[in-house]
This record gives sequence, C-alpha cells and structure tokens, in this order.
Amino acid sequence: MEENKIDIKAFLDADEKKDLLRLLTAGSVDDGKSTLIGRLLFDSKKLYEDQLQALTRDSARVGNAGAGQIDYALLLDGLKAEREEGITIDVAYRYFSTNQRKFIIADTPGHEQYTRNMITGGSTANLAIILVDARKGVITQTRRHTFLVSLLGIKHIVLAVNKMDLVDFDKAVFDKIKKEYLELTTQLGIEDVTCFPISAKQGDNVVEKSERTPWFEGTSLLEFLETVPIHRDRNMTNFRYPVQYVLRPDLDFRGFCGKIASGVVRKGDELVALPSMKRSRVKSIVTYEGELEEAFCPQSVTITLEDEIDISRGEMLVRPDDVPNIGRNFETMLVWMDEELMDRGKQFFLKHNTNTTRATIDSIEYRVDVNTMERLEGKDFKLNEIGCVRITTAKTLFFDAYKDNKATGAFILIDPITNNTSAVGMILRPLEGDETNQIELPTLDLKKLGIAAEHYDAIERAVAELGRQGIEVKVIK
Amino acid sequence: MAEYNLSHLQELETESIHIIREVAAEFENPVMLYSIGKDSSVMVRLAEKAFAPGKVPFPLMHIDSKWKFREMIEFRDNYAKQYGWNLIVESNMEAFNAGVGPFTHGSKVHTDLMKTKALLDALNKYKFDAAFGGARRDEEKSRAKERIFSFRDKFNQWDPKNQRPELWDIYNSRVHKGESIRVFPLSNWTELDIWQYIRLENIPIVPLYYAKERPCVEIDGNIIMADDDRLPKELVPKIHNRMVRFRTLGCWPLTGAVESNATTIEEIVEEMMTTTKSERTTRVIDFDQEASMEQKKREGYF
Repeated sequence: MEENKIDIKAFLDADEKKDLLRLLTAGSVDDGKSTLIGRLLFDSKKLYEDQLQALTRDSARVGNAGAGQIDYALLLDGLKAEREEGITIDVAYRYFSTNQRKFIIADTPGHEQYTRNMITGGSTANLAIILVDARKGVITQTRRHTFLVSLLGIKHIVLAVNKMDLVDFDKAVFDKIKKEYLELTTQLGIEDVTCFPISAKQGDNVVEKSERTPWFEGTSLLEFLETVPIHRDRNMTNFRYPVQYVLRPDLDFRGFCGKIASGVVRKGDELVALPSMKRSRVKSIVTYEGELEEAFCPQSVTITLEDEIDISRGEMLVRPDDVPNIGRNFETMLVWMDEELMDRGKQFFLKHNTNTTRATIDSIEYRVDVNTMERLEGKDFKLNEIGCVRITTAKTLFFDAYKDNKATGAFILIDPITNNTSAVGMILRPLEGDETNQIELPTLDLKKLGIAAEHYDAIERAVAELGRQGIEVKVIK
Repeated sequence: MAEYNLSHLQELETESIHIIREVAAEFENPVMLYSIGKDSSVMVRLAEKAFAPGKVPFPLMHIDSKWKFREMIEFRDNYAKQYGWNLIVESNMEAFNAGVGPFTHGSKVHTDLMKTKALLDALNKYKFDAAFGGARRDEEKSRAKERIFSFRDKFNQWDPKNQRPELWDIYNSRVHKGESIRVFPLSNWTELDIWQYIRLENIPIVPLYYAKERPCVEIDGNIIMADDDRLPKELVPKIHNRMVRFRTLGCWPLTGAVESNATTIEEIVEEMMTTTKSERTTRVIDFDQEASMEQKKREGYF
C-alpha cells in the first residue's frame, strides 16, 4: 500500500492549478449517455464507495442493466419522479476531476420536448459531447442537438459514436458516420469537431484507448477532454464592463463592481461610460486581496475612476475606440422556453447582462425547423420553437452580436405576468432606420412644458426610478 | 500576448461573487442563511469579498435548532463580531418550550419543527425576498438538478418539474409579492473545492471539523458526541472518549462523528480522498425516508 499513499500537499498544490472545463452531453434516449457519464465519473475514481453501495441497492430494484452488472445510468438520475419514468427529465450537473482538469457536466435529455433543457445546460459549456448509436448513425435528433450547439456558440464538439461493440468495432461504420456528421457541422460553420469510436458500456476509448479499435488514431475521449485548449475561446479583445453594483462605503470611495464580460483592463486605461459618453481613467482595480494592475474576463472586480462620474447599474464601461452597438432595435435568434404561446401583444421584461428593460417583439422574420434547419414562415412561437425576430426595447442597450461576444449578445425575456423566463435570445445584428419600428423614446422637454427649474431634481429622480423598472424617458432641460 | 487563465477555484470564485452581487442589486430584502458549517464559512467569505472594501449589504441569519454543538454557537458569535456582520438568530421557541427534541420526538419531527418550520417562520417574519444557501450540487442527487436561482412559491415550496430555465450568467430575479428565490452561489463547488479554498484563503472553520478526543456514545451505529447534559440518562454510562471529528455539522444528536486523527486541512483532505463514505452519510436525517432530501426540499427545507 505504501506506493499508493498520496502526498497530500503535493496533490493539493497541483489541484489548485487545474482549470475548469464545462461540458454538455446530448444524445437520444437510448444512446447510452448516462452510461458514458457514469463511466467518466466512475473511472476517474471520484465515486465514493457508499454511493456505489446505494447503486447496487437501487439496481436490484429498478435497474435496466443485466443481473449483476452495474447500471451506471442510475448514478445520475437524481429525482424520484424521473427514476420511476426511467428517463432523465431535466438538466443535472455532475462534477469530476482528473489529474489535469476539473469538469462540470451538464447532463441533458435527448427527447424533443426538452430542447429548452439542452439550451439551459449548454449555455455555459465550453464543449459538447453528442452521442450517436453506431447502429443508427446520424439521426434527426443528432441534427437537432448539433444545431442547438451551434446556436449556443459552443466552440468544440465531440461526436461519440457509441455502442461500437454492437457493430464489431467496424471502421467502415465509424467512417461513414463521421463523414456524414462532418458534412453537417461544416454546413453549420462549426470548426472544431473530433470523433471517437467508443463503447460506454464496456469502456472502449472512454478513459483508456481500446485495443479493439487499432485503426483509430486518436486519443481516448477522456484524454482529449483533459487537453483540449479552451482559454482562448473567450473574447479577450473587446473590453466590456457592465456595471453590476455601485459600492459607496464612504464619501471617498466610489467603486463600480462588475464581472468583466470580455477583454482586459489596466490601471490608467481611458474608459467611456455608456450611455453618458463621459470619459475617465481607471484609478484602481480593487479586490478583497488588494489592488490589481490589470484584470481580465471573467474576473469579478471593482473599478474606481479618476473623475467623479455618476454611473449606475445597467450602464457599461468600455474603451472610447471600441464601443459596442448602442440602440433599442435588433434582430435576434430566439428560443421559446415557455409552455405559454408567444404573445406579441405583451410587453416583456428583457434582461441583458445587468440591464433590465421592457421589450416588445415587433416581427417574426422566420422560424427554423430544428430537424432540417430549414427556414419556415414566421408565426407565434410555441415551446421549444426557435427563430429569428426583431425586438424593440424601452431602454437603450449596449450590445454586440452573440457570435462575437456571448456576454453582451445574450439576453432572456421574462413574462411580465407569470415572471417565467419565456424565451432566451442570441443577438444577430443591430437594426437602424427603416428596419426599426421607428418609435422614438418618450421625451420630456422640461422648458417647453414650462416646468420650473426647482422641480428638475424630483423629475429626474422619478425618471431614474422608471429606468429601474425598465422604461427610459429622455429629459431635455 | 500574456495568457489570461483562471484556475478552477478562481473561476468558481468569480462566478459566486457575481451571483452574490446580483442578488444584492436586484432584491429588496435578501438574507444569507448561515449554518456555521464549512460551506457557509466559504459563502460568507465570498460575500465579504464581493463588497470589499465596503460592508456586506445584507444580514446573516442562523436558524438555531437549540441542539447545535456549543462550539458552533461560540464560533458563530465570534465570527459575526469580528467581521462586523449583522447577525440574526431565530428559533422555533414554541416547539422548544414544548420540549421538542431529537431524543424525545425523533429526527423527523425535530427537523420539521426546529429547522424547517423555524426557517419558514423566520423568512416570513422578516419578509425576505431572497435567501442565500450554501448547498452544493455535488452534495446529494436531488440538488444536482437545482438552479442557482431556485424559485419558491408563497408556501416556500420547490417544484423540481417546473424550474425556470437558467442560461449564461443571466438570472431571473422577478418574483411576485410573497414569493421568493433561494440562491445557491456555491452550486458548482465540490467538497474538495471547499476544503482547498479554506486552505488557500485561511478561512476560519469550527474546530469540530478537526479530530480531537471527545466524549462519545454509540447510537444506532452512529458515533454521537455528548455535547450537553440532555443526553438520555441511560446512555450516560456508555460515554467514552474517542478521537473523532465531524464531516458535517448540525444538531449534535443527529450528527455522527467519524473516528479520525486528522488535525490539519491536509489530513482532512487525505482522509476524504481515501475514505469510503461521502459526507452526507453522517447526517442521520437523510436516512429517514426514501428520497428524503428531495422531500424536505419540496417542503421548504434547503
């Protein structure tokens, strides 16, 4: 046993330096997804023995695996209701780590009515594993999952061709599926795709390379997950800093708290505040540990400025020579997540990073058939439907196209009556001139209205409160 | 060009700070629930980090079941004082005065009244619209599916089949009057992450986590520390000093100790990495009924 003894301090020191990979798994009901995840968890030796014991007990009662065999899938199905149904019903998060990396798996179900769960699970993923059954190849659900992955802008895709044991580890079967899949991903513009022939149930090419696929030149799936570079996937070019919270512990300190949405900021940098367009320089970047010389996405920091500028939550700090779109009209992909049918008469709440505004859906450009990716005629969306719409917001937003900047290109729509998250959006482009609904911001021209100057303060306070409720009013003094 | 990398802990930290600030900005009356355990200790430190150099803009609330380890209470009061927290302590005094306790009423009744009911009453009393909890998704199977912003109806109930979609880092904080959100900023942390962070950040924790000679009795296979004189008399002669520590903290009659010699965080982690039991198995309440934690969560317990 002596050689197995861990040098715990060395272990912890190495563990501290590991980075984090968030991955999404998607597959159809019987593709063996839960088995694959179970094996990644099990074989990476992170399962505690008593969880295994609980598993053996559960297997005896409801397991689907053969007698005496461990049903890895049971490890994953947390909730009582779904265990009875025998299928995963929602997004579940799993954690494991290896000597190289820490992993968070968002495990989502494959069947049609749960597109919204896959979208939920995939929004933060660096990488997606799409499972197919080697006997069935690329099927409709594979196309749908891949389309959703491309919609979410997940940069890396792994195609796991599972159940290779059931096709005698035949290279021709794998090659055919791979070829067909790469045609699909090329069409969708996904650049990084890696394919693996595996058997989740028997472990081939999952953690260890399999001797039964001598023709396969790649690494094992886990080795790939451990080494795929992800830190360059973030936008480190365009500095965007949505102000989240204003910190004023005393008269001398006014800090703007936020999580850097993209890019890098240094002490002394010149920044401009949106929408006021007032400029200043970074006086300090403050954290609990002390001041930083520079900070980068996605760090949470507090920035102080040289000049006293009034900035509130929902406003944004950027560089003067690199400003996002500033406007109230844009075209966007929208995924409908609500049981209730889209109602275009509603004024939704739209939350876009730290900004919340009222918003209306002006027009539907088209819907997308998620199975064929064809564009369909636009009509009101129902649950799990996806398409392109035009939106007008009551407040001015500071945004980028989602493909350039996830953090400033994504938003959610909230139903004003039920408060449900009705839809989520990925912005395509800003709209200008004729393309917009041409509705101007409501304006109060205080002089024209003959309002005395002593009332200006009160009016401005009321307008600020409206702003917090998602409505912008322009005040002219 | 410089490489801008974050370690997994730095990434978890920035995610948690963002969540905590979002709640402070969007809710009128948030509260941070404090269990005095190691996860709470990390959560509290993250809140301190989120608003430094300012003060945390919401209070800390401990639901005292009146059966907590004495060292926990002492630690709680010292910590709150030292770090300037506004600490609220609430208990179900009605049940306590009626003599409810785990030895006389069993763990189910005790937990329902002294923990769940006390918590719900306290949330209603102060009309909190958001409550932070230190739960982690890796702790227990039903938690693996819960959102970071977990919606509760006006009866404080959780409906696992009807959760709001949660995407990117955009959290839906809209609730009607009387409804609320439970917020779990540590959702993505694992047990090892928590220990690692405590070690790196020198976060104070209750000494009960470290092994020491303690007076213990065995009850139904659990090693229970006799923390005060409410231990049933017939058990008193069976008290022996044993070298033990606790992997989770709660009500002393319901929290099993493990035999251990671990007196440093490194030794605790070593024990954890080589142990055969996951942490919740030392909590007696989880074994009450099938899927008991899910049931408790639906009822409003965390």
